[in-house]
Amino acid sequence: MIACHIKKRLATTDGYKEFQFDFEVPPGSFTAIYGASGAGKTSLLRMISGLMRPDKGQIIYNKEIWFDQVKGLFKPIRKREVGFVFQDYTLFPNMTVMENLKFALSKEATVDLIDQVITVMDLEGLIQYKPVYLSGGQQQRLALARAIVQKPKMLLLDEPLSALDISTQLKLEEYILKVHQELQCTTLFVGHDIGQIIRMADNVLVIKDQRVTSAASPYETFTTNTLNSTTHLNGSIVNIRSEKHTKIASIAIGRDMVQVTLNEKDNFSVGDEVLLKSNTFNPQVTRILKDH
Amino acid sequence: MIDWQPLLLTLQLALVTTVILFILALPLAHLLANLKSKIKPVFEALISMPLVLPPTVIGFYLLVAFSPTSGIGEWLNTNLNIQLAFTFEGLVLASMIYSLPFMVQPLQNGYNKVPRSLIEAAQTMGKNRWQIFTKVQIPIMKPAVTTALVLSFAHTIGEFGVALMIGGNIPGETRVASIAIYDQVEAMNYHAANTYSIILIALSFVILALLYALNRNSATSISQ
Repeated sequence: MIACHIKKRLATTDGYKEFQFDFEVPPGSFTAIYGASGAGKTSLLRMISGLMRPDKGQIIYNKEIWFDQVKGLFKPIRKREVGFVFQDYTLFPNMTVMENLKFALSKEATVDLIDQVITVMDLEGLIQYKPVYLSGGQQQRLALARAIVQKPKMLLLDEPLSALDISTQLKLEEYILKVHQELQCTTLFVGHDIGQIIRMADNVLVIKDQRVTSAASPYETFTTNTLNSTTHLNGSIVNIRSEKHTKIASIAIGRDMVQVTLNEKDNFSVGDEVLLKSNTFNPQVTRILKDH
Repeated sequence: MIDWQPLLLTLQLALVTTVILFILALPLAHLLANLKSKIKPVFEALISMPLVLPPTVIGFYLLVAFSPTSGIGEWLNTNLNIQLAFTFEGLVLASMIYSLPFMVQPLQNGYNKVPRSLIEAAQTMGKNRWQIFTKVQIPIMKPAVTTALVLSFAHTIGEFGVALMIGGNIPGETRVASIAIYDQVEAMNYHAANTYSIILIALSFVILALLYALNRNSATSISQ
């Protein structure tokens, strides 16, 4: 379990403001950190990893103090054993794929782990190449692979899938979940994409106005009521046309387009992000709340 | 037949100067690259002074400082038995000051070109400073290291004013190639002066061509 109760003064577009992050994350959970740009999500990850020092408070990982301002304790980054996948991948340009993995390999791990990870991440055939020759998806897989061979206690992912196309994103989501389960580590994931968070996370921290305003499941976070139907899909309305007694919306879900009858009372408009709940014969559309 | 001693001494001076200067400039350039103080330009200007000052100015003040009658010179002589004026050691020290910007500036630029995020990534992998320095920073800034080494070496070969002031013209001790040329011209021995000059021209060309070739290779090897 990670318990974080910290304060930090950070630069924002409206000048310096004090951010206060108070939350606890269960061990082995996959927690998404959601919030607008500049909300402090990346800074929070940096403080947990030890790349940034909070001004006040405490960070405790499984009874181990990582930071305590009052006691003057600060565990150095290199001793925290966190795997950090940065937004821009931060692959070492002077090393090949194999060298990048060997450099990151944990002291306790054996080289066999590299071979396993190469297979899981579909990196065979690329091991002798330097990162510049890899596609975005391949670079991302290498960044993830590099974090895995560290055998981290905690995996920190800073919007790792934002620059990729939807099919690569979906494939990598599976990889990430697989890795999370295999490592049995606690994962913190900064994400913008609600659909992605719903698909991947079991817990969401919402950051707004320099505070953690909510810590709940993705459904509780993004919908007004708890849903219990079998299928949930999220997408956005691209067109609404009126028929005799009803309105029909065209909703883009991933690369597919779905037509659904709308409930007139809800007053939907084109561009709304929605959650589609399938009740066998009666699909229902719910607006996703983005004002967290 | 010319005396090869000045040419060998020149190469020896350039090599010793470059090696010692490189060892000292690595931490100095790192410090400058990371310095956020408002007085950073003062340090940068001080290091760059040899670029604009006439070499005779540097040579003159070093000569005054190292003279056995001056405070520093006397102290060095009495306590450490070191004589810097008109010796090879003095020439090395003067050359290091003279070539300082040629070593520090490329290295400082090299450090600046290594993205901070790569160093942070290596830190999260449990690497210590030395591992990060040798495995990440130095390989990425290899073109800058090559430039710094080659330019400092070449610049030392070409020095004249400083060498004349602090070293004088002692055969086998301080008579480097540039001084030997001057000496031969004064003695109206144009043939020997011409031979020394041609060798220096060829040497300078080879060194610079090597620099461009090496940097081309290291730029491609980082990405290939």
